[in-house]
Amino acid sequence: MSVPDLPFWAALPVALFLLLGAGLTLTGSLGLLRLGSFYERVHAPTLGTTLGIGCVLIASMLCFSVLQTRPVLHEVLIAVFVTITTPVTLMLLARAALYRDRHEGNRQVPPAVPPSENCRDGR
Amino acid sequence: MRRVLPYPLLTAGLLLLWLLLSQSMAPGSVVLGAVLALGASWALVPLRPPKARFRRPGVALRLALIVLSDIIRSNVAVARIILNPRRRDRRSGFVRIPLEMRNPYGLATLACIITATPGTIWVEFDSAAGTVLIHVLDLIEEETWIQIIKGRYERRLMEIFE
Amino acid sequence: MTAALLTWSILLAQLLLGLAMACATFRLLRGPRAQDRVLGLDTLYVNAMMLLLTFGIRTGSTLYFEAALVIALLGFVSTAALAKFLMRGEVIE
Repeated sequence: MSVPDLPFWAALPVALFLLLGAGLTLTGSLGLLRLGSFYERVHAPTLGTTLGIGCVLIASMLCFSVLQTRPVLHEVLIAVFVTITTPVTLMLLARAALYRDRHEGNRQVPPAVPPSENCRDGR
Repeated sequence: MRRVLPYPLLTAGLLLLWLLLSQSMAPGSVVLGAVLALGASWALVPLRPPKARFRRPGVALRLALIVLSDIIRSNVAVARIILNPRRRDRRSGFVRIPLEMRNPYGLATLACIITATPGTIWVEFDSAAGTVLIHVLDLIEEETWIQIIKGRYERRLMEIFE
Repeated sequence: MTAALLTWSILLAQLLLGLAMACATFRLLRGPRAQDRVLGLDTLYVNAMMLLLTFGIRTGSTLYFEAALVIALLGFVSTAALAKFLMRGEVIE
């Protein structure tokens, strides 16, 4: 397989950003193994989905912009999309976990605000 | 004007998305993208989303820069925690933070900011009491976190959205 | 020299991403609870998307970008549905 023919000044930052992004993602995924509880583990993937993917996308943008000698910006779409969707999925997961833990009567998690003090929003 | 172009920002954003996806500035794709973006914004009218006000673009830009630098710093901090788990004095836990902001768009942005920053995650918002429950990976002192969220993010978001 | 630098760094990055996918798969298979598995699956998706992007750089083809975009979309929807399922036991209420 042949790598694209980039000049040295472009190849160096592409290589550095790729390695940095991949390293950060690996660190985040290692966190999935090493951290103790679910609520600690849920923090780990954000490493990959913020700076990790940001670095890889910058590398990709740089590579294709130099290759096609015009600014290639459509990687921004993935960046925007991941930035918006990852918080949503993680929040949903954390809420689901909290709900399940409360349902099982786990004492580790904070209790829900009692419904007598306030009417829960009409869900 | 209201009837032809109900959501100008949304329409412009969708057109930009279309142009980026098709990777061309040819007149044909601009026209097609504009038609699609207009159609989508008309389709949103019957759903009647709550009115959003977006002011102070300068403050918004400043907030974006602050969030970016916070994300980079907490990436390094969380990577350290993961690679060096023998540090015993670290403890994680939940913090309940009282908020003054009630604007749904401001709250949604705050939720995205807090969750996108490694080391903190937004868990649940109680709309009646106006408190939010967040989980922090490296909880040093609850008061510090309340100060950070309220002073750094909430104040600026209230300037932008309220 | 330049080609060697690029070849080796892309290879190394792909190796790191592959290891990251292995970690996520371990969490997916081991649990211990359902939310851990869903978290592992979500991480697996994101890592696979990044692996595709590195393949795109390696071959110089933008085709992989489209695949990465589709993975991002499907991954979001599936994780949201799974989280909803964990919460209520039903996807559509």
